[in-house]
Amino acid sequence: MAGSILGNRVLRKEDPKFLTTGGVYVDDLNNEPLLVGALHATFVRSTVAHANILSIDISEALESPGVVAVYTAEDLGLEPVAATFNPTAKRTLLATGKVRYVGEPVAVVLTQLANQGEDAAEKVIIDYDMLDVLVDIEQAMTSTTLIYEECGSNVVFDSTALGMPDNTGDAMFADCEVVVKGRFVNQRVAPCPLEVRGSAAAWDKDGRLIQWLSTQHAQGARDAIQKSNGIELDQLRVITPDVGGGFGAKIGAYPEEMLLGVIAKKAGKPVRWTETRSESMTALGHGRAQIQYVTIGGTKAGKVTAYQMHVLQDSGAWVDIGAILAPFMTRPMASGVYDIPKIEIRTTSVATNTTPVVAYRGAGRPEATAAVERAMDMFAAEIGKDPAEVRRMNLIPKFLEPHSTAIGQTYDVGDYEESLNRVLAASDYTKLRAEQAARRASGSVKQLGIGVSVYVEITAGNSPGESAKIEITQDGRAVVYTGTSPHGQGHVTSWAMIASDTTGIPMDKIDVVWGDTDLVPKGGGTMGSRSLQQGGVAVHVAAGELVEQARKHAARLLEANEEDVIFDKAAAAFHVAGTPAVAKSWADLSIALAQDGGLVQETDYVSQGATFPFGAHVSVVEVDTETGQVKMLRHVACDDAGKVLNPLLLEGQIHGGIAQGAAQALLEEVRYDTDGNPITSNLADYAFISAAELPSFEVIHMETPTPRNPLGAKGIGESGTIGSTPAVQSAVVDALAHLGVRHIDMPTTPQRVWEEIRKHTAKGNS
Amino acid sequence: MIPAQFDLKRASSAAEAIALIGEYGDEAKLLAGGHSLIPLMKLRLAQPAMLIDIGRISDLSYIKDAGDHIAIGALTRHMDVEKSSIVLQHVPLLAHATSHVGDAQVRHRGTIGGSLAHADSASDLPATTLALGATYVVQGPHGQREIAATDFYKGFLESALAPDEMLVEIRVPKTTGGWSFQKFNRRAQDWAIVGVAAWRNGNASGVALVNMGSTPILATSVSAALASGASIAEASELAAAEAEPQSDSNASSEYRTHLAKVLVRRALEESTR
Ligand SMILES: Cc1cc2nc3c(=O)[nH]c(=O)nc-3n(C[C@H](O)[C@H](O)[C@H](O)COP(=O)(O)OP(=O)(O)OC[C@H]3O[C@@H](n4cnc5c(N)ncnc54)[C@H](O)[C@@H]3O)c2cc1C
Repeated sequence: MAGSILGNRVLRKEDPKFLTTGGVYVDDLNNEPLLVGALHATFVRSTVAHANILSIDISEALESPGVVAVYTAEDLGLEPVAATFNPTAKRTLLATGKVRYVGEPVAVVLTQLANQGEDAAEKVIIDYDMLDVLVDIEQAMTSTTLIYEECGSNVVFDSTALGMPDNTGDAMFADCEVVVKGRFVNQRVAPCPLEVRGSAAAWDKDGRLIQWLSTQHAQGARDAIQKSNGIELDQLRVITPDVGGGFGAKIGAYPEEMLLGVIAKKAGKPVRWTETRSESMTALGHGRAQIQYVTIGGTKAGKVTAYQMHVLQDSGAWVDIGAILAPFMTRPMASGVYDIPKIEIRTTSVATNTTPVVAYRGAGRPEATAAVERAMDMFAAEIGKDPAEVRRMNLIPKFLEPHSTAIGQTYDVGDYEESLNRVLAASDYTKLRAEQAARRASGSVKQLGIGVSVYVEITAGNSPGESAKIEITQDGRAVVYTGTSPHGQGHVTSWAMIASDTTGIPMDKIDVVWGDTDLVPKGGGTMGSRSLQQGGVAVHVAAGELVEQARKHAARLLEANEEDVIFDKAAAAFHVAGTPAVAKSWADLSIALAQDGGLVQETDYVSQGATFPFGAHVSVVEVDTETGQVKMLRHVACDDAGKVLNPLLLEGQIHGGIAQGAAQALLEEVRYDTDGNPITSNLADYAFISAAELPSFEVIHMETPTPRNPLGAKGIGESGTIGSTPAVQSAVVDALAHLGVRHIDMPTTPQRVWEEIRKHTAKGNS
Repeated sequence: MIPAQFDLKRASSAAEAIALIGEYGDEAKLLAGGHSLIPLMKLRLAQPAMLIDIGRISDLSYIKDAGDHIAIGALTRHMDVEKSSIVLQHVPLLAHATSHVGDAQVRHRGTIGGSLAHADSASDLPATTLALGATYVVQGPHGQREIAATDFYKGFLESALAPDEMLVEIRVPKTTGGWSFQKFNRRAQDWAIVGVAAWRNGNASGVALVNMGSTPILATSVSAALASGASIAEASELAAAEAEPQSDSNASSEYRTHLAKVLVRRALEESTR
């Protein structure tokens, strides 16, 4: 696009603020008039994983310094609410009857100062009658102890109940020459946004609830908050201040957030709430948490002909979105980039006495990719072939028309082999293999591992579209209203680029507004890598329509025919052909229309279907065979997100994605003891990755535009995570492949790696 | 994550701090850099009612060449130890080990005295000063006494310090010859899963282990074996002879034992080079 700003490395408009005065997060709203005199809420949380509540004694807490009130479910008149995805399961937003996980809110303490709350919360005495604790998914599946008695089972969601076919077992592999089975744990991880959850609620003088919320989706949260407060939609305004990360875990509204208005009403004062990191580690939803039983079969020559998986999805102690990711995201993407004629996937979601599982960067697709990529590696190892070659043999060939897979998913466009070729070339794969062979031959303590992954994922699948509004102010600025909700992605820059590209208004005269339900009543938020391909496209369409609308007004003002009015983008003005000196600027038009509602264009962009970003990653690690220590040496990624709007922002998404994926492969895991006590509830115990553990990433570009939207853009927010996790994990396994090691579950901790080495050698056994 | 309520008094000298401990007794805790105590308070594993802030006692922040040893004031920050030319010249092992403590922010706040008094076997400096044969000078209401590092560590977060005493100076003998610090952890700023501080000069050596028991462990069997002519490989097999490694979420006791042997061997190889 000659002369277009699109495709350029435009620096982020939002950065000067973040790097100087800093963001304004919920906890920073100290100058908000409606919050003057606000009380501070601290939730009293269950300290046990599964127990009947015998009594709650708040008397001592009421005496604690600064305490204004202590409320239980009874005080707030809370009724049980049904889980969206399994209405049989019911809970109250503050626990009644029983508690189901450590961290579940049971009561709330209101104090004058924020730091008085924890002292007071400690003094709420809850008498528990302990129940058997179910932490392990497979144990929970068969246990007679039920987490939701009314469900009659701890299985809260099963793909067969949705009418999806059950697996037929080994019969499916009867004609395979080679069959390999695996049990893979895709472990539970914590999203760990740097800004924990926070909210503030105030009822204004008109009886409207104004609630500030750290969220990825104000409009969705508004709907949940409306219900819990029992008010009409127009009695509620949700405002999103700056948000310090979400990663999927801040999509929905949590009990604390749904209750803050109720609490404020009862107290007759505004209420503020910010959780601590320790709370966040147990009360913000977790991600992943699958056990995958996988069978892969095919020919000795390397053609995979059958693939079967039973996914056991840990739902945690509620039936939240985590329970449905397995059937609706993992299952349809299970065969990924491979042309596998026979496939069967069953998913079973199980309640346990752990933190509820929600969406986390990739949400179901990284799990699908990890399973099939590990299976491919094991299959390749079984037939003694190079894992990259076996992949190549099985890839769906390049297609530019929709392609349907055996499981019934239809992909837009794909050229998987090209992405594989690019990463293999960029990583100098042949040379890496030679170096690996040399190290093996020399018996070096430091062995080299090379991991390959090829993936395709689905973005914006369940999202109908997005709206955008552009308003031209009388000084010629453009204000873009978007239903997406940036929290690190850079929409202020991207949407300004898009609007500027069509309207000619310079980027520094374009403002972007989001996350305030009064200003942007409709919106799908930012999640599932949907923003550019829907929200950005909506801005693009709106901008085009705005120019056409403006052309009409200009024609009228210039007393010319519409066809004769030229839009000069460079000058950002309209003139009659041949007389550029007499032009109407955006400001002129806005002023002229001031009495008629101004110059505004609103668009509802209707999605033309999901897009399917794809790519390939090569990861190189060094394993210290004496200690089991893994060091990442290189990571080469080729992620095809379609047409690229801003390579700088694209790379930022890829870098963050690779880091989070590598973190899951190497370090991170939420763990509980057998009593359901979390043992990773701070960032010292939970091995959050840092830059020091990561190499400099090598990002290879590739652009296969999707035909499904006018910008040709697919999602990029999650790709890095999806491609990197199995590449890093497989690299660790590969370093030890010569010893006979075929699989190591994530995280590949030094101890796990050492144990594998020891199992396969006498030497590691000192 | 929010500490229980407490009061704070600031001491301007060791004597004043000791008097304040006398006054508040069990309820009081000394606060130096706060980088071990405050995290414990935030997790409510410690709930002192009174903190006595000794962080500003500037005359306890020094590094001196004292002939056969160097003397370090208890309130000296890690960063000052790490960068000190005296330490780098005469006890490079200590400077190097100190550079492995947490991150730069931690090292600008944390003090050597706080690290040793805290007596955490997972910390780097207790084992390092133990390997180096250091002596700690402590002061109480009746004056000062010296405690050898070998006599100081009594149990998990337990030391020979009396409740009314404070650590004022660390004396570390000058070393010559080779040395090594091996820290095995998962992330750059983590505590060691196992660590080894070692020096060697001919037949003489000092080897101590981080996080291999409830106290820092002096691996005397290793040094004895080396002194009687054992090879490094043979000696390092004895690495865990004095240890009682615990199992925790990072490592089993068996894995720790294995790591100790590998790391002691590597440390001795590096010290002998
Ligand atoms: C994120 C992080 C990472 C860290 N990583 C490491 C690491 O990798 N390795 C490592 O070794 N350490 C690590 N530390 C701990 C750090 O080194 C601490 O600074 C140190 O252990 C304690 O020193 P302090 O001055 O902060 O002591 P404080 O926290 O102030 O006090 C610790 C204890 O010692 C007592 N005390 C302090 N000074 C004296 C004194 N002079 N006499 C008597 N008692 C005293 C206090 O009463 C308290 O009980 C880390 C800390 C943090 C926060």
